[in-house]
Amino acid sequence: MIYESSWLAVGIFCAFVGFTLGLSFWLGRKAKSSEGYFAAHGQIPWFVNGVAFAGDYLSAASFLGICGMIAFYGYDGFLYSIGYLAGWIVALFVVAEPMKKLGRFTFADALDSRFNSTGIKLAAGISTLVVSVFYLIPQMVGAGALVTPLLGFEHWQGVVMVGAVVIMIVVTAGMVSTTWVQFLKGAMLVVFSALLTWMILQRGLRVSEGGADGYRFASLQATHADFTDGDSSLGTLQAIEILAADDGWEKSKEQFVRLRERTTGRVSVWLAKRAGEAADADWLLTEAQTLTKTADGKTLVNGLPKGRKKGEPELHPVGYITELPDGVQETGPLSFSGFFRTLQNSRVVLWRNEKLVHADGGQTTVYYQQATAGGQVLRPGEHPTFRGIRSSKPADRINFISLMLALFCGTASLPHILIRYYTVKDASSARKSTIVGIASIGFFYVLTFYLGLGAMTSGQLDVSDENMSAPLLARGMNTWLFAAISAIAFTTVLGTVSGLILAAAGAVAHDLLGSVLKTPLSDTEKVRIAKLSSVVIGAVAIALGILFQKMNPTFLVGWAFSVAASANLPSLVMILFWPRVTKQGIVAGILTGMVSSMAWILLSGEAYSRVYGLDAAAAIVPFSQPGILTIPLGFVTLVVVSLLTPKPTNSPQ
Amino acid sequence: MKSDSSRYGLVLFFVYLLFYGGFVAINAIAPESMERTLMSGLNTAVVYGFALIFGAVLLSAVYGLLCGDVGRGGDAGGGEQ
Repeated sequence: MIYESSWLAVGIFCAFVGFTLGLSFWLGRKAKSSEGYFAAHGQIPWFVNGVAFAGDYLSAASFLGICGMIAFYGYDGFLYSIGYLAGWIVALFVVAEPMKKLGRFTFADALDSRFNSTGIKLAAGISTLVVSVFYLIPQMVGAGALVTPLLGFEHWQGVVMVGAVVIMIVVTAGMVSTTWVQFLKGAMLVVFSALLTWMILQRGLRVSEGGADGYRFASLQATHADFTDGDSSLGTLQAIEILAADDGWEKSKEQFVRLRERTTGRVSVWLAKRAGEAADADWLLTEAQTLTKTADGKTLVNGLPKGRKKGEPELHPVGYITELPDGVQETGPLSFSGFFRTLQNSRVVLWRNEKLVHADGGQTTVYYQQATAGGQVLRPGEHPTFRGIRSSKPADRINFISLMLALFCGTASLPHILIRYYTVKDASSARKSTIVGIASIGFFYVLTFYLGLGAMTSGQLDVSDENMSAPLLARGMNTWLFAAISAIAFTTVLGTVSGLILAAAGAVAHDLLGSVLKTPLSDTEKVRIAKLSSVVIGAVAIALGILFQKMNPTFLVGWAFSVAASANLPSLVMILFWPRVTKQGIVAGILTGMVSSMAWILLSGEAYSRVYGLDAAAAIVPFSQPGILTIPLGFVTLVVVSLLTPKPTNSPQ
Repeated sequence: MKSDSSRYGLVLFFVYLLFYGGFVAINAIAPESMERTLMSGLNTAVVYGFALIFGAVLLSAVYGLLCGDVGRGGDAGGGEQ
């Protein structure tokens, strides 16, 4: 799609980001010691910390990825909402209080509290670094996705901009300002999402044959003979010629038909499906859209060079209902449950895509319509990641269980979430702020379902970019709201990325260097090294964000959760509940969990198809999500190694 | 780790684990039952999904009450670092 920036949007956006940065500088003046830099002196009020939890946690993946997945596939995106929230139960009931009691600055502190071991500090520091960088990738991808429509920038420019701003926040101020940025962002994200949900319900649902630009997609009926009589004419329509399926088109999984108008020479692409069950049933042709990257680097939209301004060729926005219950055309305002009841008995048009490679190296992505019953949108199992639950292969179902397990166990193992327990004054405040966090995050996740389905029926979707669904939904409502939502989403990225970089920098300065160097660093030196590491980690994040542009952030976050849960959870839980645990056990548990889960992910079918561009079936491991094997593996390794090594002398009774 | 709050925490954790595990199990074993209409025109997937979110918020509030965090500044099991 063509994204034109509006001055109003840019103005609101700049004001918002400027305010956030100004606040960050102002608050950061005082945080000079490492106590202040890493843990905000433990002085953050619990309520603020609770909302900051939401601001820290509700990342670009939650906001853009989940809304996008729901908008394109329905209920499946909501499965992530459910899993992400459930993880907080582990964080609150199991980890919150002991984390607060045992540690000081970092997650490694808590693990090492009984042993004072270099090995533990090293292993936990490395795992913090790895998980944070893994988690940074989707945030940076989301940042690029956001800036494109708002400011009309390229993806890489957006990524660089976010990276630069975040590095500035983290370097100038540390935990105090990061916390307040996250508090502001968390509060505004929830408030504006609630407003948007209310507007969706007020608007209700209406029948349409196309998206918001007024373009109506055509369909054609063709008899059985039309494709089999060897003639290139489409029945009696002499003006149209059927092109032969060659140059990559013959390899498509779906049946596509290319038609050329004899007078203008324009080629259009259609999806052909049998209109009935019988083998000789008539064909129904529905209009598709294409996006072609030619071998010489040009971009074509539906066969024409892609435009730069409104009115020139671009992909048509989609997302509409073709049929409402009882034949009504428009529902008017709907209630919270009425929205689902109505959608359940409607028909929507979803868009799927298939990529074709041509002989000269050019590529065409065909976006085609898939009329879908509303009931199908409100059940799990439409998205490729979750389709396995309807599969006959046990491996596919295990993959699903494995992902849900990783989401459940991952939250409480994320270093950037764990360090937030050190910013409040005591265990009670840690608990209370977690409860506030759960309430805000839970409320937001309820809203994501409405936002996603609202986007699905908004007529605003960009078929080529799932991640843009939520901002585009807002743009369809009004420009102010679009600017506000985009600015919030942008600060969303800022908040989460600063938290992550801070966690990673803390791991470098406090854990890694602290364990390698014989003499302890002075306070100022430690802060200086943390700031230096922030710059390096920020630069790495920028590079990875550009590299992984096309991945859905939710999907990448799922991976980060698997690695976090496999590497960190076993040692966290065992040190809290098992006195016999030894330092060698902890080190072995962390390293085994981390290495095995990463290796599994890199050898999985999803990595094959989405990262390396290979055939998913060629993958070495039987399913993509490692959690179900690697989390227990981490536990077993920790227990076995602990039992094989001498009992610690200072184990608590 | 033998304070009241961690005991309550573990009990509530297992309650929620069962609730969440049930959801995952139904999806993995009998996904078709997720489509069945459960109450007031809503299917099992929607009702169970929302119940999991509201349930988490409710249990966390219950935990806060049990630990005596409401109306008090500190608690018996806590303390400054």
